[in-house]
Amino acid sequence: MLKKIANIDRRIIFIVIVLCIIIPFLTKTVLEIRVSAPVKSAYKALEKLESGSCVLFSVDYDPASQPELQPMLIAVLRHAFKKNLKVIMMCHWPLGFPLGQDALMVTAKEYDKKYGQDYVNLGYRPGMSAIMLGIGREIRDFFASDYAGTPVDSLDIMKGVHNYGDITLLIGFEAGATGDYWVRLAGAQFGQKITLGCTAVCAPDCYPYLQAKQIEGLIGGLKGAAEYEKLVECPGAGIIGMTAQSAGHIAIIIFIILGNLSYFILKKREKE
Amino acid sequence: MAEIIGIWVAAFLTLCIFSFLYKDNPLYKFAEHLYVGSSAAYMLVYFYFFNIKPMLIDKFIAETGLARWILIIPTFLGVIMLLRIHPKIGWISRWSIAFTMGIGAGIGIVAGIHGYILPQTKATFLPLFIKGDLIQSANNIILVVGVLTTFLFFYFSKEHKGLLKPPVKIGMAFIMVSFGASFGYTVMARLSLLIGRIYFLLHNWLHLI
Amino acid sequence: MRREVPLAITFITGFLLIIGFFIPHDPIGGLQSMFLQWYAIIAGFTMVLGLMTLTRIHTRRIVKRTQGFGYSVILIGAMLGTLVVGFYSGIKYKGLFELGTPFMWYYNNILVPLSATMFSLLAFFIASAAYRAFRARTIEATLLLIAGVLVMIGRVPVGNLIWNKLPIIAEWIMNIPQLAAKRGILIGVALGMIATSLRIILGIERTYLK
Repeated sequence: MLKKIANIDRRIIFIVIVLCIIIPFLTKTVLEIRVSAPVKSAYKALEKLESGSCVLFSVDYDPASQPELQPMLIAVLRHAFKKNLKVIMMCHWPLGFPLGQDALMVTAKEYDKKYGQDYVNLGYRPGMSAIMLGIGREIRDFFASDYAGTPVDSLDIMKGVHNYGDITLLIGFEAGATGDYWVRLAGAQFGQKITLGCTAVCAPDCYPYLQAKQIEGLIGGLKGAAEYEKLVECPGAGIIGMTAQSAGHIAIIIFIILGNLSYFILKKREKE
Repeated sequence: MAEIIGIWVAAFLTLCIFSFLYKDNPLYKFAEHLYVGSSAAYMLVYFYFFNIKPMLIDKFIAETGLARWILIIPTFLGVIMLLRIHPKIGWISRWSIAFTMGIGAGIGIVAGIHGYILPQTKATFLPLFIKGDLIQSANNIILVVGVLTTFLFFYFSKEHKGLLKPPVKIGMAFIMVSFGASFGYTVMARLSLLIGRIYFLLHNWLHLI
Repeated sequence: MRREVPLAITFITGFLLIIGFFIPHDPIGGLQSMFLQWYAIIAGFTMVLGLMTLTRIHTRRIVKRTQGFGYSVILIGAMLGTLVVGFYSGIKYKGLFELGTPFMWYYNNILVPLSATMFSLLAFFIASAAYRAFRARTIEATLLLIAGVLVMIGRVPVGNLIWNKLPIIAEWIMNIPQLAAKRGILIGVALGMIATSLRIILGIERTYLK
């Protein structure tokens, strides 16, 4: 019996994981979300901005991280539009640009915001670190036109926006090392205030930045997105997914315990 | 109609990829090759609309004099980069690689010193005893000891023996806790991705939730 | 010519970039800004280089009719299909990614499910690996395991339901020991990055010229 448990078919593990995710969705169970300090700081950094301030959104992820970062982006965009902030979006991951565009269009419509006046999408350019440094001098050197080819000088929102000095807060949505570059280049060289929203994989690497006050706040993974949704009172995919996430974690912990138990008991028996 | 077809196509492709969980099969291979081909060509479309057009063509039209003609240099460096696949004249692509390496190295030095080492070192200089706050004092001591011993763990110029052994062991413990935390977060991330796909199947495709 | 020119280019660009941080004014600042723009343009060409290599490999497989060449046909077909849809959308509509363009449809219904599902498979493999390989064999492995489990349970809402101190413990692990080790590791990485960058600029490290 123990040997059977130790050598369980991996497909059984797969089925258990799928069930752990499907059942909470079907039962529509919603768990209470506790907001952590890093997410609260991220919220406060945006909340304290004055209406009309420019916020730069950097969409640095692609569909592979969409389930984690898209709910986060939507929640933060809703917060920014609610606060009547000017949203400037750009992207450093080519496959992620449409995700940003999609979220921007949907949320702008919800708050009746006008393109070119309240928000703009500058699109994608290759060479992220060069762009991050270059914006310190003039954003137009790289983004003379928006994603559709409209000259940025013809857009109201971009009037008077030239470099980091004109951007109150930068919020990076990160699935890789792009966030590190924002901190090390825009933050350290130009004093740009930065908040990072990142995948759970990247989040542990960002804690040193948070403690060193190199970033204002940190939103990590789907849980971070759920916390932000709670703060802005706009429930979305983050909160919906948290019960399934909890069930999945419990299942994996049980697997670890079972795996260890069978291993140690079998080892003991072998010795005997 | 396009939306409904789209959802069915997306659901079919999702299931094709999931079929790999049973075993490798032609449906998975089909989806895999479709993915690689589509994303590679996607880059080319981007290359034109987000690079060549705004940064070269539009700029060439808008600028005058030297600012216009100097654009020939990056174009030349870009084109010679493509010659890399040619066995005889591939060496010339080294010029553009050298250019990108130079920029990358320059950024690396500045970002490393000013962007990481200095602020992170500064943030480690914490008061080890705060009057009236024992917990914070303990936390600060743990943090400072953790940073120093972890750093020492990667010091390979001397064998980890004698005096060096205990701090290195402590460093190892910190690294293990850190890896454990990273593992926990990685589990969280991977499950979130699966949650996203299952939500798509149940909500957008099957309308069960 | 084949070695000296690239070495000189690397030295000049790298050196200028560093100097630009100390002297941000023109002409140094202007030159640095121009180099950065060039870098962005050249970086775009690398995407084309990748595409050319991929096309060459799969065209060869089709021509030689090697085993599984049918999949290469699919790959090349997908490539051509994406290009046609992309350029059609880019020329016909105001922007490539206006909601409702064929390219956006292609992206949402083909690329997104493929990419997102591919990575979601990792959830299954990590669960399987946790069951088979995550063993408390040594003290170090036990530490790793305990930290992992505490963070896993403390970071989800159910952890708060089990014991309301679990999220606080998880947060403490993240804020103190985890942070300390990450900082130690990353400072080491940054030092390594600086050393390598210096070697590249000074022409000691030349492997990229091969």
